[in-house]
Amino acid sequence: MNQKQNFLKGLFKENPILVSMLGLCPALAITDKFENALGMGLAVLFVLVMSNFLISLLRKIIPNEIRIPVFILVVATFVTIVDMVMAAFLQELHQTLGIFIPLIVVNCIILGRAEAFASKNDVVSSVIDGVGMAIGYTMIIGVIAFARELLGTGVITVWGDLSIDFNKIVGHDIPYFTSFFTSPAGAYIVLGVLFGIVAAVKSKKKVSEAK
Amino acid sequence: MTNIVTWIVSATLIQNVILSRFLGTCPFLGVSSKRESATGMGLAVTLVVGISSMVAWVLDRYILVPFDIKYMRTIVFIFVIAGLVQIIEMFLKKVIPSLYKSLGIYLPLITTNCAVLGMATVVTTQNFDFLKTVIYAFASGFGFFMVIYIFSALREKMETSPIPTPFKGIPVALVTAGLMAMIIARFAGIV
Repeated sequence: MNQKQNFLKGLFKENPILVSMLGLCPALAITDKFENALGMGLAVLFVLVMSNFLISLLRKIIPNEIRIPVFILVVATFVTIVDMVMAAFLQELHQTLGIFIPLIVVNCIILGRAEAFASKNDVVSSVIDGVGMAIGYTMIIGVIAFARELLGTGVITVWGDLSIDFNKIVGHDIPYFTSFFTSPAGAYIVLGVLFGIVAAVKSKKKVSEAK
Repeated sequence: MTNIVTWIVSATLIQNVILSRFLGTCPFLGVSSKRESATGMGLAVTLVVGISSMVAWVLDRYILVPFDIKYMRTIVFIFVIAGLVQIIEMFLKKVIPSLYKSLGIYLPLITTNCAVLGMATVVTTQNFDFLKTVIYAFASGFGFFMVIYIFSALREKMETSPIPTPFKGIPVALVTAGLMAMIIARFAGIV
């Protein structure tokens, strides 16, 4: 497998949410705003790349029997760093993401990549794998957040004050947006529909390949 | 007394771990296709969430806060939970073998259940007192048990229902969970 395939597999073929269904808690909880999804994606990117880097670097030193506690320690350290940096520089985002920042520790994507990839491969491929997986993750939570915020409020908050208000673009209030989609129930239903669409596309692809 | 009732109602229903806090979604979808396994998982989570939140609260109040090392919370808690799960497992194996048999395979999985670390973080960061911690933690665990049990019963029924092929399995389960979240959200009017 070359590095390009290694990077791309995280985006589609082995996408952490769509294929392995890992890390669903934050994908449901913080996707009521596009901005939150981007912030979460950045946090996951940092933790995943750093932990993959360090674990792959130490893979020959870590004794096999205690590898899981060591992985957890490495991940928890980087999560604490992200937590402190966010609390210092991005207070508002830190407030809204709240408990889901420390919970990156138990996000199965990170431990899963450490166990399945970084502990067996060299540093460069591990870092590329981490970047690909994190981008694949961010892409999907971005799509969910985009759909939920748009359907829920008609506004897309890109980052901070930068936002796109569809009511203003049309020139009058669009009556079809409902806060249902930003509520917890909306989160489950949007994710369910997304999974359904992906499964439909996949089966169609299979049919056309069979022909 | 009214306080206690309010805490129980809000922890089990209004701020339900799965349907409104979004904690523990992975086991909620992963081990809910059979009622039997859902019961095992639910009981195991109730037990571990309750005990680990209490231990986390005590550690936080008497070690982390006095020494001003609150930033170590995440690291300390995850190790406490991992150790605790191991101890509970050994204890059950020795003392209540029948319960151990039914919970056995679910206990180790709980270490990475975000409901456990999540509730430990909630009770310490929101300055609960000890009584509130105990009630909140066990009630939240019970809320998890209740929802995963109802959900598994629904999923057993759905197996024989005519569902469009792409939506079979996880997608329709998620939509069902969404409908359950709508019902749970209505309980907010009680308190």
